Amino acid sequence: MSPRGHRRNGVVRSYTATGGRAAPSRTSLDEATLLIADPKLPLAGLQAQAYRVMDLCLPGVLSVSEVAHHLRLPGAVTKVVVSGLVDSGHLVARAPFTPTADQHDEDFLRRVLHGLQQL
Amino acid sequence: MDSNSSDRRYVPDRARSVKVLVLGPFAVGKTTFVGTVSEIRPMRTEERMTRAGELVDDLGGLRGKVTTTVAMDFGRVTLADDIVLYLFGAPGQPRFHRMVRSLMEGALGGLVLVDTRRIAESFDAIDLLESAGLPYTVAVNHFDGAPRYDDAALRDALTMADDRPLVWLDARTRASAKQGLISLVTDILSRPRPEPAR
Repeated sequence: MSPRGHRRNGVVRSYTATGGRAAPSRTSLDEATLLIADPKLPLAGLQAQAYRVMDLCLPGVLSVSEVAHHLRLPGAVTKVVVSGLVDSGHLVARAPFTPTADQHDEDFLRRVLHGLQQL
Repeated sequence: MDSNSSDRRYVPDRARSVKVLVLGPFAVGKTTFVGTVSEIRPMRTEERMTRAGELVDDLGGLRGKVTTTVAMDFGRVTLADDIVLYLFGAPGQPRFHRMVRSLMEGALGGLVLVDTRRIAESFDAIDLLESAGLPYTVAVNHFDGAPRYDDAALRDALTMADDRPLVWLDARTRASAKQGLISLVTDILSRPRPEPAR
């Protein structure tokens, strides 16, 4: 019954990939949220997909979307797995910048503009 | 210095991300735009049409639903040693509206691409951004042989608010494509700031 596209991509049923959890435990995870792995926490006992996420994130910082791309997981499944790892302290999530009235934020935006001009 | 310079896959450790959406109808050049600006090969994720909380319906969904996933292109460009910009090319078809609305959360703004041969097909993206209250710039991605209109006629055809920036660009070259993003950020900087959320 599984569509051939899924088979070909090696996609497993979502609830298998997420260890049975259906919804992320937090709603603040954005596609552009950056993930910083804590190398001090043991990986033993992690579900397979959680282990793969940690294996990818331990060497450096990546966004939720990049994790989904590199591991070939649907975005929603990635968020569920990542949420679990944030809850357990394996990952720290750094939300994308959105402007407020702060002067600090205006400085940040000016630096974004400068960076674009330099491209 | 970039500690990951030997492996461009990772972003700088201290980086903060910024998200911008690239919207517009099918084949208007969203994927080209993202690819031109991105410093890495554009990536793609499968986004589910159902909400995350409905994942358990996965098998059941195979029976009735026409579309369950959509591919979304995205790219990345490092703007400073602590700023990375993510560009998401959002699908334009109305059936993806819910996904696009969710993508708009946390975004700095949107760039709406327009093809002058089918201007009306960009209305939808403008409506979505306006209803979300998100800053946007309209960018005409000029195709060879496509008609050229003056800005006033184009604004009129797009029923664009006068204060929204309108630029012409070629999504195939970085020097031109980046003008759309520069226009967007310049506009955001010129706006009155919202009060800080508490």
